[in-house]
Amino acid sequence: MEALRELLRDYRFAVGFVIFLLLVVLAFLSFASPYDPIRQLQVPRDRPPSRAHILGTNSKGQDVFWEATFSIRNSLIIALIAGLVSRIVAILVGFVAGYRGGTLDRVLMGLADGLLVIPLFLILVMVAMLLRGSMTLVNTGLLLAFFGWAWDARTIRSQILSLREREFTKTSVLSGNGTMSLVIREYLPFTTPLIFSTLINNIAWAIGMEIVLAILGLVRLEIPTLGTTLQWAITYQAMLLGHWWWISTPVVLTILLLVALYWLSVSVSEYLDPRMRIQRIGARS
Amino acid sequence: MRFFRDYLAPRLVQYVLVVFCGITAVFFIPRLTGQDPVLEIIAQIQAQGASLDPSAVRNLMETLKELYGLKGSLFEQYLTMWRRVFTFDFGPSFFQFPTPVAQLLRIYLPWTIGLFATSTVLSWLLGNIVGGIAGYFSGKSWSKILDAVIMVIRPIPHYIFGVVLLILFAYVWPLFPARGLSIGRGMALNLELVLAILRGSFLPALTLVILGGVVWFQQMKLLVQNVKREDFVEYARVGGVKERRVVFRYVLKNAMLPQVTQLALALGQVFSGVLIVEMVFSYPGMGLLLYRGVTRGDYNLVMGITVLSILTIATAVLLLDLLYPLLDPRIRHR
Repeated sequence: MEALRELLRDYRFAVGFVIFLLLVVLAFLSFASPYDPIRQLQVPRDRPPSRAHILGTNSKGQDVFWEATFSIRNSLIIALIAGLVSRIVAILVGFVAGYRGGTLDRVLMGLADGLLVIPLFLILVMVAMLLRGSMTLVNTGLLLAFFGWAWDARTIRSQILSLREREFTKTSVLSGNGTMSLVIREYLPFTTPLIFSTLINNIAWAIGMEIVLAILGLVRLEIPTLGTTLQWAITYQAMLLGHWWWISTPVVLTILLLVALYWLSVSVSEYLDPRMRIQRIGARS
Repeated sequence: MRFFRDYLAPRLVQYVLVVFCGITAVFFIPRLTGQDPVLEIIAQIQAQGASLDPSAVRNLMETLKELYGLKGSLFEQYLTMWRRVFTFDFGPSFFQFPTPVAQLLRIYLPWTIGLFATSTVLSWLLGNIVGGIAGYFSGKSWSKILDAVIMVIRPIPHYIFGVVLLILFAYVWPLFPARGLSIGRGMALNLELVLAILRGSFLPALTLVILGGVVWFQQMKLLVQNVKREDFVEYARVGGVKERRVVFRYVLKNAMLPQVTQLALALGQVFSGVLIVEMVFSYPGMGLLLYRGVTRGDYNLVMGITVLSILTIATAVLLLDLLYPLLDPRIRHR
């Protein structure tokens, strides 16, 4: 709690935290929705915002506000699956490559570099094209996870490389600790801040990628997410017809969500970086 | 001879290696899904209501396998892939049957390269120069305001930022066309056409320059804040060198070199951004082609676009690699 209070003093953390909480509340509101998220023609079509429908209704005959609650929830689910699964791969590859070194390191990093130079986005699209019919929330998340670990594995590896050269590693090895206990007890706490900030970046990437996949029609379009909501609005020419309440809802929600996540990550990684902390204390006194 | 051995050869070897790994990945990763594009197409045709008798299905499968380069064992297919890359023959496209994929690519590629090159160079230069100046004067209030604005823009993905600009400048305040550029054969090169191209490419370029620029801005600002504290800068200032000269010649120039290496690493992602932005604005490049290919299930076309993109990025990295020693005197003299 002490840490939270100190973090809240940073305006970026405070703003990001509040926006993020509001969006999470919005996502949970979807459980109380009076409408079905998939059925069409439940309400009069193309109505601007009014008391009955606070964000209006869309051309598919759905209430924009309640659809938005579902889309936030589903986008967050995809992003969390992508973020958490790719974190496991990134941590494993980064730790093994960094700690073992040698040929294994070269092979793993070669693989990661290969994934970085080629336009990942295009390969992602090709794979999604083949899997088109089965792109549910979970599968979309897993597909994004498959492509999202390379950069972060590299970052984690370089941190492990520097930790391996420190004094305490030798102390630990010489006192007879096993590799597993060394890695889990000594290295993991050191790398936690880094892993956390890569997690948030990865979640933001996954949300953006999901939108592009939806625009290309490569995910199940009937499941409302931020991407599919935008895709439907564009398909029904919401811009041309002036249905601004429909198209701007996913756009504004995405921007709010990503800005909140970004500010949280910047603020937390500064807080966890001891050098920045000293600077901040110095600046305050 | 030394020029060749020390300068050209290692870079060419790297180029070949990148292309080799990229194409191999394109070949194998889709196969990991275990899905067959041929069955996919047939399922689509049947879903559209056409009834096919078994022998027609078998004929269709054979033809499609031939077209997709899926005949024979895995190794034979892999060789076919390479033959296609070298002869630049990706078979006919499905969405504009029977125009060859290669011909479509030839029409659309120059537009993408134009947008990619212009926006990358502009965003790199602008982001680094503005970021460098903002980093040097990081105490000033304009620098802090700029920083806050960039903190909002930075996390917005390409597609969303493009849609926002499109809504604002094509619908709310119609300065630019909403439909993008249309290209056709027999365009006469005159002033009118040039103006139309500029108007049509302005918003996509603006999106890319802003979103790319903010990344360089933030990196450069951090770099300069560190270089600023170094002794030689302090010495120059104490020695009475004009501030403008210190900023541009001493600080910016030193901090910009590492940014060239960073650019080479980021090119793959920058290129993906270009494709995405082209889709938003219906800009007649490979991104738009990709959109059409994907929505119509045109596997050959998407394959061609992917291979060509790998070649484009690898070539751009090679060019940058060849240019770098000319910029950095420490490497030139070695």
